[in-house]
Amino acid sequence: MPDVAIAGFAKAPNVRETPGTTNGVEMLVPIFAEVFSQTGLSKQDIGFWCSGSSDYLAGRAFSFIAAVDAIGAFPPIHESHVEMDAAWALYEAWLKIKTGEVETALVYGFGKSSAGQLRRVLALQLDPYVVTPLWPDSVSIAGIQARLGLEAGLWSEKDLAEVAARGTGKDVAELLDTPYYADPLRRHDIAPITDGAAVIVLSTVERVRDIVEHPAVITGIEHRVDSPVLGARDLTRSPSTEAAAKALDLDGVDLAELHAPFTHQELILRSALGLGDGVKINPSGGALAANPMFSAGLARIGEAAARIHRGESRKAVAHATSGPALQQNLVTVLEAR
Amino acid sequence: MTKQLTAVLGTGQTHHRAKRQDVSMPGLLREAIDRAMTDAQVEWADIDAVVLGKAPDLFEGVMMPELFLADSLGATGKPLLRVHTAGSVGGSTALVAASLIQAGVHRRVLTVAYEKQSESNAMWGLSILPPFQMPVGAGAGGYFAPHVRSYIRRSGAPEHVGAIVAAKDRRNGALNPYAHLQQADITVESVQKSQMLWDPIRYDETCPSSDGACAMVLGDEAAGDAVEGGAAWVHATAMRTEPTTFAGRDQVNPRAGQEAAAALWAEAGITDPMSEVDVAEIYVPFSWFEPMWLENLGFAPEGEGWKVTEAGETAIGGRLPCNPSGGVLSSNPIGASGMLRFSEAAKQVMGRAGDYQVDGARRALGHAYGGGSQYFSMWLVGSEKPGS
Repeated sequence: MPDVAIAGFAKAPNVRETPGTTNGVEMLVPIFAEVFSQTGLSKQDIGFWCSGSSDYLAGRAFSFIAAVDAIGAFPPIHESHVEMDAAWALYEAWLKIKTGEVETALVYGFGKSSAGQLRRVLALQLDPYVVTPLWPDSVSIAGIQARLGLEAGLWSEKDLAEVAARGTGKDVAELLDTPYYADPLRRHDIAPITDGAAVIVLSTVERVRDIVEHPAVITGIEHRVDSPVLGARDLTRSPSTEAAAKALDLDGVDLAELHAPFTHQELILRSALGLGDGVKINPSGGALAANPMFSAGLARIGEAAARIHRGESRKAVAHATSGPALQQNLVTVLEAR
Repeated sequence: MTKQLTAVLGTGQTHHRAKRQDVSMPGLLREAIDRAMTDAQVEWADIDAVVLGKAPDLFEGVMMPELFLADSLGATGKPLLRVHTAGSVGGSTALVAASLIQAGVHRRVLTVAYEKQSESNAMWGLSILPPFQMPVGAGAGGYFAPHVRSYIRRSGAPEHVGAIVAAKDRRNGALNPYAHLQQADITVESVQKSQMLWDPIRYDETCPSSDGACAMVLGDEAAGDAVEGGAAWVHATAMRTEPTTFAGRDQVNPRAGQEAAAALWAEAGITDPMSEVDVAEIYVPFSWFEPMWLENLGFAPEGEGWKVTEAGETAIGGRLPCNPSGGVLSSNPIGASGMLRFSEAAKQVMGRAGDYQVDGARRALGHAYGGGSQYFSMWLVGSEKPGS
């Protein structure tokens, strides 16, 4: 089984609202060009393509088909799509290279969150028979999760503000002076609504040395899902992240990119992954700085890989999440080799 | 190639109907999953991961339904993947599941695909008009009818060929207890008398709209070796995509389909598909797509697929029985239709196809396409391990 490495990463500007269509083409064309220029590859060099996106976010069926227009897919390409964050598209592409069928893959994700009311759209991910009809929105569900941790004494509102302050440089006391947005969450506890896209190029380790000086080798990648029944699981933990971490070697990790759209979720993830104080958390700013739906998880992997490419990290862990209250989680370990 | 051998250990499907209002989505899925796991003789503890596929979420009105289905899929605590590649998704989903084994990551994987159109309104789902795109405004039949007309003009095929396909597939469907439409008495003449919907496609030449699900358990070499009566071994897989529209695109005989087939035959070491393949489950939602895909897949030279159909060679007992299960023309739970083709191919080489078993089926094709004839996925399965 060939080892797989990340050869290139590019992301679209993270913006509150792009004027482009919901199929992502306007965001994808420039970053495809960027990643090709970075890696010296062209579309003819790509053995497999895989994307992650959501029709519901785009407000239409088959939005990913229109996104294929960004590729110029003729002659025809070997391609697939997951209706998930593109971190899981990366997983599918990693598998494809592992089988020996292809040597290279290009993975992309895109989402225009501004096209609808994101917190309401995400309520459609819940059980359609007994939960969605109540329209619990994503911010309120996260608020319940944060409240449970506060009441259990697992974190304080100050702990949450400290997570937000690390990325923004703002004063913790000032942050705590701001009003609640969805009690107990304040604005700084909640990821912004972001339109965006990201792309990663994968290659066999054998081939990656021709592409990038310090490749980021995927030494482990695991994902798990938890029960959807919010009342049936301990929302203050992330058993799926814990199980994924258990199957990986996280020893010696010096950097973590965590996909935590809420401050308290970063605390849950740090504990689930067993990250100590010596680990640099979210140098990119993480999802609290920009949360482009369906590419934010992929971007975490890309941001971690980019720091290995630049020699700033020797071993990094990247995490992606999907679903309400951290229901589904993917963890990747990247190493400089 | 470092691919690990991969086998189908068992398959299951629902009774497909227009509206399965007797079950919820979890109930529908479990009907197929429980049958597949019984057929494969596996327990939940044997399943390492779950791969789910379906067509647009708007068809049921649930965003990423695999999330709320995680418990009923037995996926909680395990890896769960969700695939969506338009109409080809049932096939693509099976291929993603196969790659989990081929890559050596897992030993046994459950894969399932479904559509429960009665939960929402598929016509609404397909009718949302995105800006800057030409509305088709005609449904799938209206979209594909010009391709069929073009095929007839190019090939000179006589008009009754479509009716031959429809009558054959519906009669085959009557041999399959799970098929949505049960029309044992349909004839070429009765098809030709049915109402014209989208010239030249008549009512009896179109697929139904079904609720249904299909599941399979895939396994590695050791798991395949343990299957009583023999597993279905994956000999080759292929997927190809091209854009929906561009100047000069051949939508009758798309290059993506040709190249996927060429890659499939090359991987399987097949040089003459017509002689070397025993049975084919081909995605035929409108009758005329049988001869069109026979050519696209390389079973017949361009312009001559209809001759194979007209000569009766695609009926059970013919040289290349096509859709002995009744095919998409007898059951069309969209997201599951591709996986049904893949699993019916597996059933044939496992000798588990019941009343529509093709005698001596050793190698079978499963095929799916989607979008505007632009997404293709296919696999070739055999009763023997590849290369033996």
